[in-house]
Amino acid sequence: MEIPTIVGAGLIVIGAGMGIGRIGGSAMEAIGRQPEASGKIQTAMIIAAALIEGIGFAALFAA
Amino acid sequence: MDKLINDFSIGLFFWQSLVFLLLIFVLKKYAWKPILNAVNEREQSIEDALKEAEKARLEMQSLQESNEAILKEAREERERILKEARDMKNKMISEAKDAAATEADKAIVSAKAAIEAEKSAAIAELKNQAASLSIDVAEKILGQELSAENKQTAMIGKIIEDVKFN
Amino acid sequence: MISKFTALSAFVGLMFFSAPAVAQDHGHENTHLENAHQNDAQNNEAHGEELHGEEAHSEGHGHGAFVPASDTEGRKAVVKETVEHHLADSYEFHIVGPVGFPLPVILFDNGLKVFSSAKFQHGESVAEVDGQYYVIHHSKIYKTDAEGNMLLDEAGHHIKPLDFSITKNVFMIMFMAVFMFFLFRGVAKTYKNSLVPSKAGRFLEPLIVLIRDEIAIPNIGEKHYKRYMSFLLTIFFFIWFLNLAGMTPLGVNVTGNIAVTVSLALMTFFITQFSGKKDYWMHIFWMPGVPVLLRPVLAVIELIGLVVKPFSLTIRLYANMLAGHVVIMSILGLIYIFASYTAAIPFTGLTLFLYVLELLVAALQAYIFTMLASLYFGAAVEEHDHH
Repeated sequence: MEIPTIVGAGLIVIGAGMGIGRIGGSAMEAIGRQPEASGKIQTAMIIAAALIEGIGFAALFAA
Repeated sequence: MDKLINDFSIGLFFWQSLVFLLLIFVLKKYAWKPILNAVNEREQSIEDALKEAEKARLEMQSLQESNEAILKEAREERERILKEARDMKNKMISEAKDAAATEADKAIVSAKAAIEAEKSAAIAELKNQAASLSIDVAEKILGQELSAENKQTAMIGKIIEDVKFN
Repeated sequence: MISKFTALSAFVGLMFFSAPAVAQDHGHENTHLENAHQNDAQNNEAHGEELHGEEAHSEGHGHGAFVPASDTEGRKAVVKETVEHHLADSYEFHIVGPVGFPLPVILFDNGLKVFSSAKFQHGESVAEVDGQYYVIHHSKIYKTDAEGNMLLDEAGHHIKPLDFSITKNVFMIMFMAVFMFFLFRGVAKTYKNSLVPSKAGRFLEPLIVLIRDEIAIPNIGEKHYKRYMSFLLTIFFFIWFLNLAGMTPLGVNVTGNIAVTVSLALMTFFITQFSGKKDYWMHIFWMPGVPVLLRPVLAVIELIGLVVKPFSLTIRLYANMLAGHVVIMSILGLIYIFASYTAAIPFTGLTLFLYVLELLVAALQAYIFTMLASLYFGAAVEEHDHH
């Protein structure tokens, strides 16, 4: 029984989406807690999201 | 992945790299350096101006402070001078009063002395006068009545008594 | 105010992170079909001339032949064709309808061959140059014989001449380079008279300062950032402007080309490695502060990371821009497929929404690329004082 690649792609998207969603949510919370550090948090958030996104895309292209 | 490799166009890669590298160098020379320099320069000048303003503010403050100090000093000086003047005035008045009092006392004393002297002189004069008068009288009476001894003695006694009571 | 804006943009950006994923899904489906299609085509090709006929048929779809609304499958094919055509590079600059101009084709095939793409007559005929015959198939030039049959090499692949043509994308890159040169030189000139920017400088200077103060200095450090400013500024505006150019109806898709993003990422990669200090290499090959046994393992991981970084830079920009174009065009295409007003109104609204989102993504991707590049440079020049 072979799993079609489209399912794999879906799984990747779900995983990456959840990961980035969590990053974004946590970052928002952190900004809410410490509004004065929003610049640093944002930078870290974008970098983390970008890394996950990169992995996600790589996996999508592999799928 | 196959699609990626299939889509890769060596010509596009070549031109992109060439044009982009050229763009970096050309923009660096003609745009980024002048722009960044100008921005830096402006930021520097703004910073300098702010520092200058702060300095001016501080100077102003110190100037104001010194002004106030001078004013205060002047006020104190004035107070001091006024006080001195007042003191001097009081002193002068009291001195004058004292001088006047002593002067008056002196005058009274001397007046008293003069009066005393006048009085004693007058008394002496009176005594002399009385003496000479009595001598005159005596002479006259003596001229008339000293013939009688008893009369003479009574007379003299009477005169002396009178003089005493005077 | 600024933090509000950035928070908002981060939020909207976040929303979009899921959009390319969906789009990718969609795109993937396309590529899946596409691959099947190509396989078919290759089989046909191997058999002979049938491909040519089929190709002409689908080209016909792409160039405005009427397909009845009842023929949903036919219309789907047209949309697919249009989207692919839009995403692909082209040898002529097509503006609207019949308006456009041919671009020079430069081939290395037994010597340099330069000729106008007008010879292909919009990709419909075989061009003959110095006794060699060429044809455009799926936006690429192939060698053919005089009758237009594609030649095969010994391994059975179609022969592609070495192609350095000024294609639509190359033309756009050159145009953008010239545009940027005049734009920023103009901005630089305004500073000669006064230190206050005027005209376009008023808008661009805050962005330049943003890149310096928010990207370069925090990530690279006060000491070294100046060396990288030219690269960072150029790459930011280049990507951003080309992304925006992709949003115009001209249908250029420069940053959605793998060759372009590979080139940009490779430059970042090489600059990073060449500016790597002793500390940087030390952290890659012999990580200080961890047990000696672990160090070779970490070295392997770090080396993989070294390769993954430019790869992810490449794919991120490419996939985001490609996905954005695919999503917008596919949703617009739905109007054509459904062919009803009830579909047209919501899909137009949705397209508009996605379009605005894409404008944001255009800036966001340029920002992220620049940010990550400066982060890598920062890691390369960083000097640790803990050992």
